[in-house]
Amino acid sequence: MSVLDIKDLTVEFPGRKSVFVAVDDVSLSVEAGKILGVVGESGAGKSTVGNAVIGLLQEPGHIADGEIFLHGKRIDNLPYKDKRLLRGRKIGMIFQDPLTSLDPLQTVESQLVETIRTHLPFSKKEAQARAIELIDAVGIPNPEERIKQYPHQFSGGMRQRVVIALALCAEPELVIADEPTTALDVSIQAQILVLMKKLCEERNVAMLVITHDMGVIADITDHVAVMYHGELVEYGKTTQVLGAPEHPYTQSLISAVPRPDVKVERFPVVNYIEKAGTPQKQIDISTHWLGKSRDYEKVVGPLVQIRDLDMRFETRGSIFPSRRKYFDAVKKVSFDVQEGETFGLVGESGSGKSTIARLITGLYHPTGGSILFGKTELTSLTNRKDVLAMRRQMQMIFQDPYSSLNARMRVRDIIAEPIKFHKLASSNAEVRRIVDDLLDHVGLGALAGQKFPHEFSGGQRQRISIARALATRPRFLICDEPTSALDVSIQAQILNLLKDLQEELGLTMLFISHDLAVIRQMCNRIGVMRHGELCEVSDCDQLFEAPKHPYTRELLDLMPSMELLSRANLETV
Amino acid sequence: MIGFATRRLFQALIVMLVVALLAFTMFRFVGDPINQMVGIETSIEEREALRERLGLNDPIPVQFLRFVTNAAQFDFGTSYQFRQPVSELFAKRIPATLELSFTSALFALVVGIPMGIYAGLNRESPISKLFLSVSLVGISLPTFFIGILLIFLFSVTLQWLPSFGRGETVQIGSWWTTGFLTISGLKALILPSITLGLYQMTLIMRLIRAEMLEVIRTDYIKFARARGLPNRLVNFRHALKNTLVPVITITGLQLGAIIAFATITETVFQWPGMGLMFLQAVQNVDIPIMSAYLLLTAFLFVAINFIVDILYFFIDPRLRVGRP
Amino acid sequence: MPYVSNEEAKAAIQDRAGVPSQQGRLTKILDSDMFHSFLRSKVTVVAACGTLILFLLAFLAPWVAPHNPFDLASISILDARVPPVWMEYADPRFLLGTDDQGRDLLSAIFYGMRISLIVGFCSVIAAAVLGISLGLVAGYMGGRVDAVIMRIADVQLTFPAILIALLIDGIAAGIFGSIDREVFAFYILIVSLALSFWVQYARTVRGSTMVEKNKEYVQAARVIGIPSVIIMARHILPNVMGPVMVIATINLALAIVTEATLSFLGVGMPPTQPSLGTLIAVGNDFLYSGEWWIAIFPGLALALLVLNVNLLGDWLRDALNPKLR
Repeated sequence: MSVLDIKDLTVEFPGRKSVFVAVDDVSLSVEAGKILGVVGESGAGKSTVGNAVIGLLQEPGHIADGEIFLHGKRIDNLPYKDKRLLRGRKIGMIFQDPLTSLDPLQTVESQLVETIRTHLPFSKKEAQARAIELIDAVGIPNPEERIKQYPHQFSGGMRQRVVIALALCAEPELVIADEPTTALDVSIQAQILVLMKKLCEERNVAMLVITHDMGVIADITDHVAVMYHGELVEYGKTTQVLGAPEHPYTQSLISAVPRPDVKVERFPVVNYIEKAGTPQKQIDISTHWLGKSRDYEKVVGPLVQIRDLDMRFETRGSIFPSRRKYFDAVKKVSFDVQEGETFGLVGESGSGKSTIARLITGLYHPTGGSILFGKTELTSLTNRKDVLAMRRQMQMIFQDPYSSLNARMRVRDIIAEPIKFHKLASSNAEVRRIVDDLLDHVGLGALAGQKFPHEFSGGQRQRISIARALATRPRFLICDEPTSALDVSIQAQILNLLKDLQEELGLTMLFISHDLAVIRQMCNRIGVMRHGELCEVSDCDQLFEAPKHPYTRELLDLMPSMELLSRANLETV
Repeated sequence: MIGFATRRLFQALIVMLVVALLAFTMFRFVGDPINQMVGIETSIEEREALRERLGLNDPIPVQFLRFVTNAAQFDFGTSYQFRQPVSELFAKRIPATLELSFTSALFALVVGIPMGIYAGLNRESPISKLFLSVSLVGISLPTFFIGILLIFLFSVTLQWLPSFGRGETVQIGSWWTTGFLTISGLKALILPSITLGLYQMTLIMRLIRAEMLEVIRTDYIKFARARGLPNRLVNFRHALKNTLVPVITITGLQLGAIIAFATITETVFQWPGMGLMFLQAVQNVDIPIMSAYLLLTAFLFVAINFIVDILYFFIDPRLRVGRP
Repeated sequence: MPYVSNEEAKAAIQDRAGVPSQQGRLTKILDSDMFHSFLRSKVTVVAACGTLILFLLAFLAPWVAPHNPFDLASISILDARVPPVWMEYADPRFLLGTDDQGRDLLSAIFYGMRISLIVGFCSVIAAAVLGISLGLVAGYMGGRVDAVIMRIADVQLTFPAILIALLIDGIAAGIFGSIDREVFAFYILIVSLALSFWVQYARTVRGSTMVEKNKEYVQAARVIGIPSVIIMARHILPNVMGPVMVIATINLALAIVTEATLSFLGVGMPPTQPSLGTLIAVGNDFLYSGEWWIAIFPGLALALLVLNVNLLGDWLRDALNPKLR
């Protein structure tokens, strides 16, 4: 018998102008000891399902229709007090961000004990013993000691383990995990997933895992529900849905997932979702503005040579030098980027890959080493004119499409700024023509120029960012996690656009990502970074087929297996 | 703990030195101290002699050092208007101001904190909305006008309470006089304390409400609810304690402000405290009193802030326990 | 985020549907959530109308006031201390009665409000300009510059504004002497109010600047090579103006109150150019002899003005604070 049954659930958010239907007629069920994955892109309504089950819908959202049963007992219409008693006791919840889920002012023990004693008739002693047992069960070493500590003394992965312990502490029958590993690094993510799977089976708990990540689905779930715009488009055994998807949305979604095991020329476009912008017009680089004055002097050898680059930040200042503390973000890193290639940097958060991007573009000044761009040594440039000339040749695309554009400027002015500043056009009319042309070229259309950034979605904003970066006619483009804030389907479009532009304009690219699969699709050569050091530089295929460094092998092993995923669409490309 | 306290103490000392420098600059350079001290008939020679005797011809750093040393021993020079040592004048008036400030602070805290918590937890309730409207009127009415209204109502029209002075006072020890021990003293305290405390009360209430609303939206409160904790635990153990951290800082500042705002209340109620004396000094350009008042209030503020910082240390484990 | 918001969902749908539709600027404003929240809050609409009316009465005082209280020819000491019209011994010419010199109280209030408002606006602008520039520089530059500016701000913040204004006024009196004090009263007031209020702007702007400066749009501008001053003025400034507007509104109320307090204490506007505070100070002397209206009416006018501005500021703060929506 199933633990959770959702029947024809509809959740509505009444707005000022219209009612937004976040979840539309969804029916699901989860059995004890099994994991059901709910997958979808942003706005699919997957989190809303979880919140509806636990009774924590954000105002003004409400269940408009349908029924929710826990062990055959209807729970969606219970009064507030009874619903509260279910939370924690019958249904446990795990949130996305472990850094903000715990009360910073209470010890881990006091948070566990209060939850245990709220739900179970335990004495304080018994509750403490149980708390230690739980902390041990979620794999935190030294439980007796660690339990007396405050949340800020735990790392992100350890905190997520505490959150899991809190969700499990009254032996719930159902656990809802909302993006449980999204905020974590790959290696930690793998550990947490293993832990969740293990606990689910050992304790015979039904689990509802909500995620946008096909890898998580493939890794741990038994069943999967695919949601799109609040509707359930496909629902079935994980092996079947991923291996032989029936619905066109699922098919295109799966084919858009970058995979480490196959290299494709272009990502299949997710046709079900939208036309991927207007297809770009081919431009003749010899006559087009973007090709004009690309009269950079030819370089012999690599375009960028980085030698023994060091970057150290002061983490604690003091008037006494001996009491200062430092953090070495980049340690003795050396690599070359050849003209026309895409060089990939991959690593977990804090590995120093973004710092390198900021060192090359001059946002930080290195504490040691050299950066040679063509024949110019960037670290010793002092003349403002020379600096500007270098800035013009290298541009950067940032991670967060929401903060990388100035919200108070029109898109047209955002793109015109570098052109005007570097005096790349002779008149305002020409600037305007160039801006319109660039917008057209990145697939937005010239009309977009009159609007403000907030009128665009994440993917469209990333296109604006690309147009701005192209506006100085750079020869070297640095992409710092350009798609990690985007949905898979949008990511596929942006990556395609970047590939096309590179080919067309002969750009040299430094592509930074934490996602090995994306790196494989984009790069010719790849550098693997860890704790500020460069472990290995290899050709793309070689790195994936025959990794040299143990850390690279570890990273490759940790990647969620995509073997389940259908290859149907890939083969047609 | 000791490292933390020393660091704060060091910062407090720097603040005091900066204020002392300000007070000294005012004391020394605003108007000519000699002209203020002597009559018109004093000859130039006599003036010069006095100047020499007071050390006004010494190098400025030496004068500053002397100023600080004297101030540390409560020697602030002689008042221009009263021709008496400033420290004696203050000693007589400090009890009045401190008693008034203490009563108002108590009133502001005892009434303001519960109102703030209630309004924060029950955002939509009509009582919260009433509190909020009343508080808005409270911060919109200038302190002195509240005083005038209270006097008009309770002293002039109803004639229940006195409109000025401290009433009868009792001498305790060599220099402290208190109004707490007589009926007329207590009656005289009511109107001024309400006047002075009302504004701080509304501020504290609004602040606690705003902080509470912020904290309630955090993930750990949502998670606490998702764990099924009863509202009582969520609200008081988790939300309130996290609210306290910023609230204590600002409350400390507000209590300091009470002493400064006493100036206005003391003027309206002719309350014989330091504020009233300071105001008369401002009107009569009596610089020694002004600079002494500046130093004294600064000292009180710095002391309050120091205590607040220490409290902070006990509430927030992130300050207390380092990362492993 | 564990919750899906409407915005997020809308954005996701937009992503798939291409560029959103065109709208005119006015319709956009009328259709905005902010304007809607304004209309929904009846108190705010009333406060906005109230503020508008009071501002008009104040600034049009020479045309709307029934008498000119500064025209010595038209006032007579014989009319002194006439009570309001609904009381005994009233004079129909004087709706709210007269003061000790026979001036029409209603007209004096209009003129006084005008002075209060001018002082308020000027000091708010001066404080904002000073505070915003220092805050921007401190936040963007960081390091020593930041440390120096913020230490000064910290020291000053330990003193309430009123105390600082009093001190500056006292010092100014010491420098100018008491005769010039009357001439310069207006400017001294503005300087002392501006110097007491700049800290709030500086701290807020510094805080937001430190957040904004690490955002990627600022880094993008730096990658392009744009100089710091232009980045601060063109990119950061517009993005930190939201909280500044809230502070400015609330500070206008606070500046009016502080000015009134200073004038009441006798160190603000002189009786020759009376602001509301000065009028109350004058009236306070007659409170005990039963002529309450001379102090109470200007006081009520002041309270009404400040209350309306505060209500607007309160609404603005909630409307601009995305966390409370």
